[in-house]
Amino acid sequence: MSGFIEPIIGRYVHVEIDGETNRIYFEENGSGIPLVCLHTAGSDARQWRHLLADDEFTKHFRVIAFDMPWHGKSNPPDSQYGSEYRLTTASYTATIRAFCKALGLDRPVVMGCSIGGRIVLNLAIAHASEFRALIGLEAADFQQPWYDTAWLNRPDVHGGEVCAALVSGLIAPNGPEAARNETLWGYKQGGPGIFKGDLYFYRVDGDLRGRTGNIDVNACPLYLLTGEYDFSCTPEDTLRTAAGIPGAKATVMERLGHFPMSENPDQFRRYIAPVLQDILDKQRL
Amino acid sequence: MESERVRRDTDPPVQFTPEAVIAAFKEIPDLLAGDAALTARGRWLDVDCLLGPSTQPFHVAIRAGQIVDMIPAPVLMRSWRFAYRATPAAFAAYWQTMPPAGWHDLLALTKRGQATLEGEIHPFMTHLQYFKDLLALPRRNGFGGAS
Repeated sequence: MSGFIEPIIGRYVHVEIDGETNRIYFEENGSGIPLVCLHTAGSDARQWRHLLADDEFTKHFRVIAFDMPWHGKSNPPDSQYGSEYRLTTASYTATIRAFCKALGLDRPVVMGCSIGGRIVLNLAIAHASEFRALIGLEAADFQQPWYDTAWLNRPDVHGGEVCAALVSGLIAPNGPEAARNETLWGYKQGGPGIFKGDLYFYRVDGDLRGRTGNIDVNACPLYLLTGEYDFSCTPEDTLRTAAGIPGAKATVMERLGHFPMSENPDQFRRYIAPVLQDILDKQRL
Repeated sequence: MESERVRRDTDPPVQFTPEAVIAAFKEIPDLLAGDAALTARGRWLDVDCLLGPSTQPFHVAIRAGQIVDMIPAPVLMRSWRFAYRATPAAFAAYWQTMPPAGWHDLLALTKRGQATLEGEIHPFMTHLQYFKDLLALPRRNGFGGAS
């Protein structure tokens, strides 16, 4: 055997969500504080492969990334084939909590991007005591829509092509070309209507304006980081959200867009390393 | 709240002249003709559309991904299926080697009110990446010098 084998291990866990068993695929590496990573809408956990393989982070964190049901290698639940997929605040929250419970994680850190960033805010609102810290990438309580999601799932438009082309502009220019292509490849591989179904949460069901003021960062620290080239969840959206949460830490990341962990992993590392260190330091106090 | 940095740029972010923007736009057919990969990506596309600076748009006829005709508007009774028009400032920014944030994508420009997308946009959406890359072609020539 001479090929390089990455340290990431992928497995399936059976998770009961809303009364039905879901076979959820997850990847992990490292040991220490559980760090659960949530992918963006319409993609899957491969977005986190660089963080999962990071030698330094995985010395102190058990980094775990899972494919949401209907995404990547996590199939839809058996009873749901043929139905229209729609993610909601309730179903997304239930999925994350059930996954963490199924793995027996002790107060994990949860880091989510885009819809994952939005749901992190809901975890902070409703379930802060279950988590050690929360990190929202490209996260805000609300952001203005910039296209009609009806274009994402119709028979006369190639879903993979249009999903990728829409989000391509959310990647910062002049990043690594291979990383950009890989990020878009995830969008070209999504199931029909899944990106659109995720955006039901983002656009319709998950408006958290007026609900974030009660977040207690003393119960659970909250970090928000947004790429300067993200025109979907803009830096202004994130800063506005953070301004309404006393103690929340907000950072605008240069030369990054909506997919920091996958579009430019090295640049993202510069910003996430101090956050993870801060979480570690708090554990040692 | 702690904030390390915030960027706010509602003014035109780069210097330009409207004439230079129009001249750069006129280079697009030749730039496309020299890009076999982009042309190939449009091989299923036949459309007559209106593209360009809002101050001087062009009727563009695309057949099998190639621009076969491009002529300044208005043309008497010429129709188009969709129009994408942006301010000269928007194109000048979009064509920078490192475009400023929020000026770096066709739909970022519509969101910020610097561009309009009108008409029957089905061909635009079926070939969205093609049109993003087509209208970005002058970037290769280093519009406005170093950026």
